[in-house]
Amino acid sequence: MRSKDPQLLLQSAPMLRQGLTTPQAMRDVWYALTPVVLAALWFFGLGALLLLLVCIGGAVLTEWVFTPPESRRDALADNSAALTGLLLGLTLPPALPLWMAFLGAMVAVGLGKVIWGGLGGNLFNPALVGRAFLLGTFPIAMTTWAAPSGPGGFLDLPASLFALPFHSPVYDAVSSATPLGLMKFQQQGTGLSQLLIGNTSGSLGETSGLLLILGGVYLWLRRDLDWRIPVGIFAAAGLFSLILFTQDGARFPSPFFTLFSGGLLLGAIYMATDPVTSPLTPRGAWIFGAGIGLLVVLIRVFGGFPEGMMYSILLMNAATPLIDRYTQPRVFGRKRGGR
Amino acid sequence: MNPLHLFRRSFSHGVHPQGLKEQTADRPIQRVPFVERYVMPLGQHIGVPAAPVVKVGQRLVRGELIAESAAFVSTCLHSPVTGRVRDIGPHRYIDGSFKQAIEVEADPYATQQLEQRLPPAWDSLSPEQFIQEIQRAGIVGLGGAAFPAHVKYSIPKGQQIRDLLINGAECEPFLTNDHRLMMERPDALLRGITILMGQLGAERAAIGVEANKPDAIEVLRRRIDDGSPVEVVALPVKYPQGAEKMLIKAIYGREVPAGQLPRDLGIAVNNVGTLVAIADWFDRGMPLIERVVTVSGPGVTYPANLIVPLGTPVREVLRFCGGLRDETREVVMGGPMMGASIASLDVPVLKGSSGILAFTEHATWRPKEYPCIRCSRCLEACPYFLNPSRLARLGKARLFQEMRQFQVMDCVECGACTFACPSNIPIVQLIRTAKDNLRHLSR
Ligand code: SF4
Ligand code: SF4
Repeated sequence: MRSKDPQLLLQSAPMLRQGLTTPQAMRDVWYALTPVVLAALWFFGLGALLLLLVCIGGAVLTEWVFTPPESRRDALADNSAALTGLLLGLTLPPALPLWMAFLGAMVAVGLGKVIWGGLGGNLFNPALVGRAFLLGTFPIAMTTWAAPSGPGGFLDLPASLFALPFHSPVYDAVSSATPLGLMKFQQQGTGLSQLLIGNTSGSLGETSGLLLILGGVYLWLRRDLDWRIPVGIFAAAGLFSLILFTQDGARFPSPFFTLFSGGLLLGAIYMATDPVTSPLTPRGAWIFGAGIGLLVVLIRVFGGFPEGMMYSILLMNAATPLIDRYTQPRVFGRKRGGR
Repeated sequence: MNPLHLFRRSFSHGVHPQGLKEQTADRPIQRVPFVERYVMPLGQHIGVPAAPVVKVGQRLVRGELIAESAAFVSTCLHSPVTGRVRDIGPHRYIDGSFKQAIEVEADPYATQQLEQRLPPAWDSLSPEQFIQEIQRAGIVGLGGAAFPAHVKYSIPKGQQIRDLLINGAECEPFLTNDHRLMMERPDALLRGITILMGQLGAERAAIGVEANKPDAIEVLRRRIDDGSPVEVVALPVKYPQGAEKMLIKAIYGREVPAGQLPRDLGIAVNNVGTLVAIADWFDRGMPLIERVVTVSGPGVTYPANLIVPLGTPVREVLRFCGGLRDETREVVMGGPMMGASIASLDVPVLKGSSGILAFTEHATWRPKEYPCIRCSRCLEACPYFLNPSRLARLGKARLFQEMRQFQVMDCVECGACTFACPSNIPIVQLIRTAKDNLRHLSR
């Protein structure tokens, strides 16, 4: 028996914790995206790596600059800025000039997160804020797509990557339309197997349907992702485009094409499910998902852009506080509405 | 009722902490030897503190009445040992404050035999007399809240208890005191059930036991004949299964409406230990002067399940278990999810102390607090379907009235939300502060 009592800590219950922390939850998304990143390197070569690194670097640097010195370490340790950079990078066209990507990452973290009060305070998905900024500012560069070069051209770097700021980039690679562009402007479909594997042109991280789903399953198993949101998006987008497809199969894309083309998978699994900017309540998650699914088909089919995922998510982000307010769970032993 | 309920008897939401019961689940209950001095705080139950009926220096025999109260929501205290009253005055209580208590010095030469007269046979008592007997025996709910048991048994006119529900869930990690009690004293438990069913006029009884105690379920089932109104129900393991309203939901599939009591549904819920205490009073004349306590956790040298006389200082209980390991950082009274850490080892074991747990560095370390990332894990954990994320946000802004609109007063402070939160936000702590403030405001 000891002679002196130990110094006893006083803490309040519960004394146990589940074990998963917020930085770990963010890290899980990195693990889930690893195959997608590798696929991006495979299809788009070293340029993809440079783009992603510039985005991540820009995001982290912005977070560092705009955070008060005493909380810098914590703000970076939660991994969220780097994740924003990665997600932004995955939505960019492979031949985008690096300086634009850097600017986009700064806007994503600065206007998308920091001015809202940092992690947890922002209304809109930061990566998509960055992308919306880029699309608005550099519409040409953001819609010029390089065809996937494949492993053979791994070391070929598109010259446009290194365009000097404020000079118009010179595109050397064969520019090619994305499956969505082909559909929209030429009513030409792309095979499902091609969409699943990802050897089509498009943003860095959106082309390989299979790997995106794989990562989603991992996140779902880790309980890092609210499955209701992607399922809601798939169901609503699939159903809506099925209805259109049965009206006029020649004009409207099939539901499969809708689901597996463009940024729908990337957005549904990794962007719409960002917990900060999606509803808290389960019913809210269904409404949120369904809203995105409907909007994306509306924009793609009837809007001016071939792709609508970004705007759908941002629009539903804006509706999130409202959705949350009207979908408060029924409290145990009470009726809905509280009494 | 939800049709699925027939297949899976449980409540919604909740969390799955590790059981951590291996250290003591197979340890038979041992008796802690008598020590020199005992401290019996007068207000160790919910309600009005009892008033002493003894004087300093007075000789006592074990089980003798030392404090009582005329108030209904209060109960009696008895001397845990034969000895003498050394002092009546403020003593350190488990929450760190000083509270009035009777200090009893044990007589080292006494045999400590129980020499109490038996109370009248239970079936000869009217309901009012029965309630008096329970109060006279000092019996409280032994699950942790220490609510005087007789108050639960006084059923208002026009109400009828149909179901007696026995809480053997023991959903708190580490604790095994109810488990061992069911294993080792099943006859006393069933006897207590018979007494209470007879007195309340209940038609059926169900013992809810979590499925991680198959041996206890087996022992009880073997003693229950076919056609008996008593049923043992194995429940999926989930926290907080032992919360009264959750257990009712799990067993009967019914929600007790907010602001109502189980008895409004014709149900009386009792802890396993409470029923054994009732049997001990009517069969042996032993009032509530001791209880089973699980001593466990990584900081305890020899974890054990112990019969501890009430008022025994925690220090003495730990000494019996080989003392604390040097790495101990925190000692908790009760379970790890709802218990409280204590500042001094001199505080006594109380009627509501189900466990004494010692934690080392590893278990006391807390991750840094991050901002709420709105991940919904707390919503999925809350068995009351509250919105803990929103409550914590409002709590930080001290918007207590707004929290009332989100039904903060319905929270049972089970801590499941804080357990689940990846950002380590002290949600239940913020809720407690709000509830305290609101209670003061409405006074
Ligand atoms: S809000 Fe209250 S009832 Fe709900 S999980 Fe948290 S502590 Fe338990
Ligand atoms: S579990 Fe914590 S981080 Fe997640 S929503 Fe609840 S309070 Fe926020």
